[in-house]
Amino acid sequence: MSASSTAAGSPGRSISALVSVALLRRLLPAASFVILLGAIISINPRAGTYMGLTLILNLAVPLVLATLSQMLVIAVNDNDLSIGAFVGFIACAGSLWLQSSPWMTIGIFVLSIAVYALLGWLIQAYRLPSLAMTLGMSFVWYGFAVVMLPAPGGQAPAWLHHAMTWRPAFIPLPLLISLVLAVVMHMLVMHSSFGVLARGLGGNGRALARASWSLLAIRAGTYAAAGLLGVLSGVSLLGLATSGDANMAGRYTLLSIAGVILGGGEFVGGKVSAVGAVFGALTLSLVTVLLTFLSISTDWQIGSQGVILILVLALRALLQRNSDAEGPVA
Amino acid sequence: MTHSDSFVEGAMPDVKAPSADGHAATPVVALTGITRRFGAVQALCGVDLVIRPGECIGLVGHNGAGKSTLMFVLAGVLAPDSGEFRVGDQVRPARTHLGPPPGVRCVFQELSLCPNLTVVENARIFHHALTGRGWRQRAAALMVRQLDEIFPGHGIRPSDQLGDLAIGRRQMVEIVRAFASEGLKVMILDEPTSALDDKATQQLLEYVRRRVAGGLSVILISHRLREVLQVADRVLVMRDGQVVADRLNQNLTHTDLVAAMGHVAPAQEVSAAAKAEAGAGEQCLTLSVPGPAAPLVAHFGEIVGLAGLSGQGQTRALLALMRGRGGGLGGDVNRLAFVAGDRQSDGVFPLWSIARNLTARSLRALRRGPLLDPALTARMVEAWRKRIDIRGATMDRGILNLSGGNQQKVLFARALASDARIVLMDDPMRGVDVGTKTEVYRLIREEARAGRCFIWYTTETDELKNCDRVYVFRAGAIVAELCGDDINEANVLEASFHS
Repeated sequence: MSASSTAAGSPGRSISALVSVALLRRLLPAASFVILLGAIISINPRAGTYMGLTLILNLAVPLVLATLSQMLVIAVNDNDLSIGAFVGFIACAGSLWLQSSPWMTIGIFVLSIAVYALLGWLIQAYRLPSLAMTLGMSFVWYGFAVVMLPAPGGQAPAWLHHAMTWRPAFIPLPLLISLVLAVVMHMLVMHSSFGVLARGLGGNGRALARASWSLLAIRAGTYAAAGLLGVLSGVSLLGLATSGDANMAGRYTLLSIAGVILGGGEFVGGKVSAVGAVFGALTLSLVTVLLTFLSISTDWQIGSQGVILILVLALRALLQRNSDAEGPVA
Repeated sequence: MTHSDSFVEGAMPDVKAPSADGHAATPVVALTGITRRFGAVQALCGVDLVIRPGECIGLVGHNGAGKSTLMFVLAGVLAPDSGEFRVGDQVRPARTHLGPPPGVRCVFQELSLCPNLTVVENARIFHHALTGRGWRQRAAALMVRQLDEIFPGHGIRPSDQLGDLAIGRRQMVEIVRAFASEGLKVMILDEPTSALDDKATQQLLEYVRRRVAGGLSVILISHRLREVLQVADRVLVMRDGQVVADRLNQNLTHTDLVAAMGHVAPAQEVSAAAKAEAGAGEQCLTLSVPGPAAPLVAHFGEIVGLAGLSGQGQTRALLALMRGRGGGLGGDVNRLAFVAGDRQSDGVFPLWSIARNLTARSLRALRRGPLLDPALTARMVEAWRKRIDIRGATMDRGILNLSGGNQQKVLFARALASDARIVLMDDPMRGVDVGTKTEVYRLIREEARAGRCFIWYTTETDELKNCDRVYVFRAGAIVAELCGDDINEANVLEASFHS
């Protein structure tokens, strides 16, 4: 999967030019993260310390998990518009009962993962549009969360809060978790049989069906894995916020999609990157920090966030087009 | 059997005879009386096919003869409607989807590869046994070994992503992946050489001979008759869903096969006088296409056919016209209307009513001020409902309530109700029943007489009889122009296959 192997398949092109474009495209997620981090550190050098990194990346962990969940769904050519509401629902359920009745809460989590699997099954079995289905589900999750917790409240278990604020040696916790998640998810998506089948479903479902695979099982399994990551996202968010609120993760839906695309994923065709998605999510959480450091009023922050996102995606589209222009005319 | 051709009669006794080396007591696969229907179209009507171990069968026939459907049945992708399907000693029931029979593998015409996966990962999808620890290494070793054996000097690496490979190399991966199967008894190759260059084609054909000598049975479908004659022990000719000839490949020639594929032409449907009367209008467009009989020229009042095997550049020519590349239009594509052949993907608006589907091409003409005029719309819908005789649903029902043939009639009405003077048709009659066809042919002739120009790509040679002039396409070029009485299947086949 190195840049040079991609280039070698199609001779008759300027190999060196292609390597550089492909390499740039691959490095874009990491590069945008490093550039933003550099900008933040140059404004405030203390942000580069262990404590500083822990603080500015603290809220990135749930977003990284939500983005990885979204990445799995995008790998099978779908979009999950319910992930934000789902993470909020999980955090609310956890804030209410994880302390008092942990087993029942875990039961709720398992059940909600089963709902995700069922959703994937339905989408495959009846050729339903995932956008409509998950948009509908977002209201279901939000509705449950509001009924359970009409006003912000609840309490995260102390052990969870401690776990999320643990200070490991040398490497700040958010970076450690991101690193572990990047490696684990990279192995799952790029190297396991399951990952091959999930991406194959996104690439050419008919080829899988011809080779006698159950597309129902693959899509349902992918959605179940996405649900599990959504649960982890909700639990980690609860650990950081210590209390629950139905609206607490509403922004995650669009941010997670942006993170996957920023990380080199594509909406159709089963092209995703776990490492890229992690960098995408980290970059998006840094944007907010940078804007705060630049003393941009919160009124302008969401708009500025959008502008930065458009700039990075435009750069990616530009690199993409250049390499397509050099590619073979299929 | 509707025709008495000495070629066919001579062939029949060969089928039951054991093969020359006599090691073939039980056939690997035996099909008896297999039928399969798609809606109104009978794709297979009673096919018998016996595959013995260690033989290479060539399968030829014109588009729509049923070759691919037969292979889908054999590969277990489609279940037959009736007939006996015997694999070894086992009989597979009709109408039951069982997946591929043991030992039978197929290289499909449209590739079954995932472009976003690597060569190794595509092998993993195909070979369920490549699982557990180290499957990547084993898959890579398997693919490299097979690639080296079949296509020495292939230049493909196991880590290459399929989408980055040129089409010929993708084809190689698909072929190699299928040949790498364990316990292989029958290999079906459906147009395997269409994307391969001459060298790779020869490598493949030589490999096929080696494997056949080792006891494998191979079915080769190809439009390149030279390859079939080079490699096959036995050649089957299909036509109209039946095997019409089955003969050992001895002294068999190119001409024999083309003759067996052809039709005995039924009486001309349109008199030559009527055709002469048409075709006299003013020239309305031209399109520059490579080839000895180019360019493409069309006149008002004329029906111009685009013939040849499917996918030889006919659709590309129509799309070039739609993009305004044609001469004589001044880039004004509003004078064109397009009747899609692939109804599902570029014909109907599946969620819209019949009426809205019908008027979709005429919204400009149905306006009053900035808004659509309901009365005008209703009048157009009512007029065309009567003319095309839609049965089975009122016009405000969803278009999917109609049968495929009626949906296609609505698509025709969409084009004909519009103000376009030139109508492009992209093989629109695929899968349409005979009754509807006759009605639509009549409509087209009426409209042509009224001065419209039709450019009609069709893969059904019978339809060409409705045309005043026909251009035959091969490999993206126009290789022949046929007029009047020269428009017949023999001439079209000759131009399509001549090599």
